[in-house]
Amino acid sequence: MNYVILSAILFTIGALGVLIRRNAIVVFMCVELMLNAANLAFVSFARMSGNLDGQVIAFFVMVVAAAEVVVGLAIIMTIFRSRRSSSVDDANLLKY
Amino acid sequence: MNSVSVLAAPEIHAPPVEFSQLAPMLIVFGAAIVGVLAEAFVARPARYAVQFPLALVGLAAAFCWTLWLGFSEKPQHAAADGAVAVDGPTLFIQGTILVLAMLSLLLIAERAQDAFTAQAAALPGSEAEQESMADGGIQTEIFPLTLFAVGGMMLFPAANDLLTMFVGLEVMSLPLYLLCGLARRRRLLSQEAAVKYFLLGAFSSAFFLYGTALLYGYAGSVRLSAISAALSRSGGSETLLLAGVALLSVGLLFKIGAVPFHPWKPDVYQGAPTPITALMASCTVVAAVGAALRVFYVAFETLRWDWRPMMWGVAILTMMVGAIVAITQTDIKRMLAYSSIAHGGFLLTGIVATSESGLSATLFYLAAYGFTTVGAFAIVTMVRDTTGEAGHLGRWAGLGRRSPVIAGIFAFFLLAFAGIPLTSGFTGKFAVFQAAADGGAVPLVIVGVLSSAIAAFFYVRVIVVMFFSEPEPDAPSVVTTATTATAVALGLTATVVLGVLPQPMLDLAGQAATQLFVR
Repeated sequence: MNYVILSAILFTIGALGVLIRRNAIVVFMCVELMLNAANLAFVSFARMSGNLDGQVIAFFVMVVAAAEVVVGLAIIMTIFRSRRSSSVDDANLLKY
Repeated sequence: MNSVSVLAAPEIHAPPVEFSQLAPMLIVFGAAIVGVLAEAFVARPARYAVQFPLALVGLAAAFCWTLWLGFSEKPQHAAADGAVAVDGPTLFIQGTILVLAMLSLLLIAERAQDAFTAQAAALPGSEAEQESMADGGIQTEIFPLTLFAVGGMMLFPAANDLLTMFVGLEVMSLPLYLLCGLARRRRLLSQEAAVKYFLLGAFSSAFFLYGTALLYGYAGSVRLSAISAALSRSGGSETLLLAGVALLSVGLLFKIGAVPFHPWKPDVYQGAPTPITALMASCTVVAAVGAALRVFYVAFETLRWDWRPMMWGVAILTMMVGAIVAITQTDIKRMLAYSSIAHGGFLLTGIVATSESGLSATLFYLAAYGFTTVGAFAIVTMVRDTTGEAGHLGRWAGLGRRSPVIAGIFAFFLLAFAGIPLTSGFTGKFAVFQAAADGGAVPLVIVGVLSSAIAAFFYVRVIVVMFFSEPEPDAPSVVTTATTATAVALGLTATVVLGVLPQPMLDLAGQAATQLFVR
């Protein structure tokens, strides 16, 4: 159960980071932290309920997260190259 | 102790996979992979001629197979060891997605006025960009990316366990993030839309995943039927359950674009290339609503007294905010985005009904709304001036005098969005509102009708601008080409037919919904 609480704390830190931090890369790292918090929860629930599903799911999540990193870094890099900034506050052409 | 016994399990049996029932998805993914290979081995000038027919044939073949499955086999079956449910609603939704994807593909493939960049890696305004523009090519990777996204959209509402649903969600979203950033003109806007969509999309899928983890902790399984069974057993941690349901709903409602989670929608719809906006506004909404239907009808049906009040609130907010904020918009794509948010609210009233009639009404609404949306965005791609599409509403002034046919068709689409009788929008709205009223959600129906009235105001305002004001001297002209015109014509036909003669389609949706979902 302690690990589930730890995972909830990690998830909250990640979510707060996404809302507070301004650099797109850091925001993205916080999302990854949230995904890994979910992984930790899966693995500890698998241990608690005594079936292997949760551990297998963790592998799936890692693969998906890796694919997401590829796409995400490509997009962030493109916008950094054309704007010379990766701050999410500078990207403000679209509003209202 | 438990882990020891698990580790000692003798061998792993390969699960049965029913290839014939999964074939529509496999065909689309197969065509996408062939498309990737074509990118590698076909010479650059010939790629477009290979990719476009390949994608179209792939989607058409998958659609034929779906029809065959629906009319001959009538499967009510959870295929692939229970991971993918192949049942009436799945087939209806997959068929709808495939047809709408074909229409969007016609817009994506339009070559007379390229919507896509020649070289995504070239900096906006750089020499490399001008060179690649002068070569006259486009980034043909859009075709395989579109197919992967469509494949993910087909898997997302069919998934019978939350892990498959998460994988479907990501397979659908990742290509769309990229496609959003590939506009040929206004590239900074397009790239900004891609970043916003990506960061918020990844954020919401993290919520979806953590909700899945909590539900796994509650039920010991991510299978929807197992969660439902665990609910009726009672026992287990209520906190885990409710937190899990809430987080999962955040992930699903984000994809639908329901109100507290909607701010990405106008930005992304405006910034993305218009053909991709058409794809997202039609197919992604169909897929997301389909997945939400399955989760709430199969897994959480017995819990509905807990989630219904929340969904009521979200539906009311979504309808009102979508309709009211749309009034102040001056950009046509942004206005259509807010209108799409309001329609998401109408669809949620169908989900709240949790009944067979609610399911069939939602299915019909999805099909009707999808066709009208693709048609409307197709017309947005046609109205152009020297800088590309004329996005600002003011530039549309007097369009009805310069090209009455196109303006007339667009006006008809807007009336269908507003839900005027004899259009598909009216039939769809009537069906969902009736189902919601039968399900005891009368206040929701009243808010829905009010919000339709507010929405009618800004739709009519566009019509007035088009027909009753003087055109500017440098007003945009209408560029008509065969592929776009086909998409508009098909969207128009569907909107008229589903409005005047809705019964066959209503019957089809009713049939698809008769047995609700497999478990």
